[in-house]
Amino acid sequence: MENFGYIVIVPFILLISFILIGLAGGRFKPSLSGIAGTFSVFVTTVISYITAFSYFSGAGLVNGVYQKIIPYNTEWLRFTDKLVINMGILLDPISVMMLVVISTVSLMVHIYSLGYMKGDSGYSRYFSFLSLFTFSMIGLVISTNIFETYIFWELVGVSSYLLIGHYYQKPSAVAASKKAFVVTRFADLGFLIGILILSNITGTFDYSILTDPNGPAIAQGSTIAFMGLSVMTWALILVFMGCAGKSAMFPLHIWLPDAMEGPTPVSALIHAATMVVAGVYLVARLFPLYALSAPAALHFIGYVGAFTSLFAAIIACTQTDIKRVLAFSTISQIGLMMLALGVSDYGGEKGLGYMSSMFHLFNHAMFKALLFLCAGSVIHAVHSNEMNGMGGLRKFMPVTHITFLVACLAIAGIPPFSGFFSKDEILVAAFEKDFVLFIVSMIIAGLTAFYMFRLYFSIFWNKNNEYKDSPHESPSSMAVPLMFLAFASLITGFIPFSKLVTADGAGFETHIHWGIAVPAVVIALAGILTAMALYKKESGLPQRITASLGSLYRLIYKKFYIDEIYLFITKKIIFNGISAPVAWFDRKVVDNTMNGIAAVTNFISVKIKSFQSGQLQQYAYVMVSGMIIIILFALYLWNK
Amino acid sequence: MIEGIQLEFFLVLGTLVFFIGIYGFLTRKNLITMLMSAELILNAVNINFVAFNKYLYPENLEGQFFALFIIAIAATEVAVAVSIIISLYRKIKSIDVEKVNELKY
Repeated sequence: MENFGYIVIVPFILLISFILIGLAGGRFKPSLSGIAGTFSVFVTTVISYITAFSYFSGAGLVNGVYQKIIPYNTEWLRFTDKLVINMGILLDPISVMMLVVISTVSLMVHIYSLGYMKGDSGYSRYFSFLSLFTFSMIGLVISTNIFETYIFWELVGVSSYLLIGHYYQKPSAVAASKKAFVVTRFADLGFLIGILILSNITGTFDYSILTDPNGPAIAQGSTIAFMGLSVMTWALILVFMGCAGKSAMFPLHIWLPDAMEGPTPVSALIHAATMVVAGVYLVARLFPLYALSAPAALHFIGYVGAFTSLFAAIIACTQTDIKRVLAFSTISQIGLMMLALGVSDYGGEKGLGYMSSMFHLFNHAMFKALLFLCAGSVIHAVHSNEMNGMGGLRKFMPVTHITFLVACLAIAGIPPFSGFFSKDEILVAAFEKDFVLFIVSMIIAGLTAFYMFRLYFSIFWNKNNEYKDSPHESPSSMAVPLMFLAFASLITGFIPFSKLVTADGAGFETHIHWGIAVPAVVIALAGILTAMALYKKESGLPQRITASLGSLYRLIYKKFYIDEIYLFITKKIIFNGISAPVAWFDRKVVDNTMNGIAAVTNFISVKIKSFQSGQLQQYAYVMVSGMIIIILFALYLWNK
Repeated sequence: MIEGIQLEFFLVLGTLVFFIGIYGFLTRKNLITMLMSAELILNAVNINFVAFNKYLYPENLEGQFFALFIIAIAATEVAVAVSIIISLYRKIKSIDVEKVNELKY
C-alpha cells in the first residue's frame, strides 16, 4: 500500500502562499500575488490529481474495499491520558474526492479571478484570503479527527467572512459578512456541544475509531435516553446543527443569499462548490455513526434536507437578482444531497443514497461553480445583478452563453449531462426508502429546471435590451475556466462513482433506472418548456401570472419573510426582552456603583484640599504642634 | 568636662537655642532669616551631642563626629537653600515666604 506522504505539501504550500501574499503582497505588483496564489493552487491541483489517481487506481484498495489511509498523525494537544487531540491527514474515498473538487474549483476560480478582479484595489488581499480559504477547506476534508475538523471548520468560516466583506466600503457587504459569520457561529455552538457529548460518550475524537462499523464507538452506542431519544442521537443532531449552519439548511439558510455581496468568483468557490457542502461532507464523514447508532437523526436530516430543498426551489422561482437565484438553487441542491444521505443505509447497495449524495456533490460543485462564473461574466459585462436589465446577451457573449446552457442542462438533469446521473441515483435511493421524499425530490427536479431556464432565457434571450456600452465577451482568463468547467459538467456523470465512493468503501454496480429516469427527465423538460414559453420572448405573461398570484407571490418573493421573522425575534424580542434589561442593569447598577465610589472620593478631596495652602509656615506650625502633642503624650505614658 | 559647669547648663542652652530657632522659623517672613533659624536648630542639636558625649561617655567620640557631620550637612544645605532663594528671587522679585505659595492643590 502506498504511503501518500507527499500529500503533506498541499496544506503547507497553501498556508505559505497565504502568509507570503498577505505579508508581502502590497510591496510588489498586484498581478504577482495573483500569479503566486494561482501557482500554489496549481501545485495543489496536480498533487490532488496524482493522489486521486493512485488512490482510486488501486493504492487504496484492499480486498475490494477502499481503506482509510493516514499518512500523518501527530499528537497536538494532550489534555489527559485519555483525551488527546491529534493533527493529521486522513485519506479515504470522500476526502480524496473532495481534494479533487476543492483543488479543481479553486484553480478555476483563481484563474478566473486573475481577469475578474483586475484593477481591484484589494487584489493582493483577495488572493491571500483565497489561499487561506483553500488551505482551510483542504484541512477540513483531510482531518483525522472531529476536533481538527472543527478548527478548520471555523477557519473556513473566517475566510468566508473575510471574502464576503471584500468590498468593505459597501455597508451591505459588511452587513452580509457579519450575518454569515454570526449565523454560522451560532450553528457551530451546537456543533461544539455535539462534539463534546460525542467524545464524552465514546472517549475519542478519532474518525477511524468513531466510524468503524465494528468499533467500540458504534457497538457501545448509548443507553442513556434524554427526551425520548438516545444521547448519541442528540449529539449527532447537534453536530448536524453545525452542518445545517454551514450548508444553509432551513432555518439557518438566511446568510447564504446575502453572502452574494462578495465578489462573484468567491461565491462560486465558497458559496456554491466547497464550503457550503462542508455540512454534507461532515454528515458523510460520520455516516456509519449516523446510520448504525442514530437512524432517527439520519431521518431528521433527510426531512430537513427535503424541506429546505423544496422551500429554496420555490423561492428561487421568484427572485430577480441572478446571483440570488443561484444562491437559492445552491441551497436547494444541498438540501437534495442531505435528503440523499437521509434515505441511505450503511453497506453495499443499500448505501446508494450516500453514494448518490457524494456523486451529486461532485457534479454540483462543477456545474454550480460554472453557473456562478458565468453569472460573474455576465455581471462583468452588464454591470448589474438584476435580471430585468438583461436580455439578448447571447449575441454578445457566445462562450458564456454556451457554457451557461451546459450548466443549466446539467443542473436540470438532462442526459447526458452530469446532473442527470447523480439526480437519478438520488431519486432511486429516495424511491426505495421513502415515497414522500421521492415525490418531493421529483417536484424539486421540475422546479429546478424551471427556475434555471427562467434565468437562462431572461439573460440570453427575451427582449433585446439597449445597453449603454455594448457588452462584450470576457477576456480569455475568464473564458478558459468556463470552458473547462463546462467540459467537466459534460463528462463527470460518466465517472463510475458507485465503484469508487461508497459508504463502506466496497464498490457496487449501478444502472440507470429508466422507470424513474424517464419521468424525471420528462418533468425537467416540462419545467424547461414552461420557462421557455414564459421567458423566451418578451411578453406580459409572467407579469399577469404574478399579478394573479397576488399575495402568495409576494410571500414567496419576500422569501417567506424568514429574514423579517429573524429580525423580529432578534430586534424585538431578544433586544428588548433580554438585552435592554441587561444594558439597563449595566448602566444603572454596575456603572453607578463605580461612579458613586469615584464621586464620594472626589467630594471628600474637594472638601479637604484647602489644607494644602502652599504656606510653608502653616505647614511648619502644624508639624511642630503635632510633634509637641506626640511628645507630651509620650511623656504622659512614660510617667504613668 | 569643664570645671564648675554642669551638664544641665548645656542642656538648657541647647533647649533655648532650639526654641529660638523654632520661633524664628515660624514667625519670620524673610526666607534668609528662616534659613538662619534653621541653622540655630541644627546648632542646638550640635550642642546637645557634644555635651552628652563629653559628660556621659568621654571615652567615645561618636557625639563629636555627629556634630561634625551636621556642620558639614548644614553647610551644603545652606548652599542649596541660598541658590533656591536666589532663583526664587529672580522669578518673583521677592523673598517673602508668604508670596511663595505656588505649590498647593
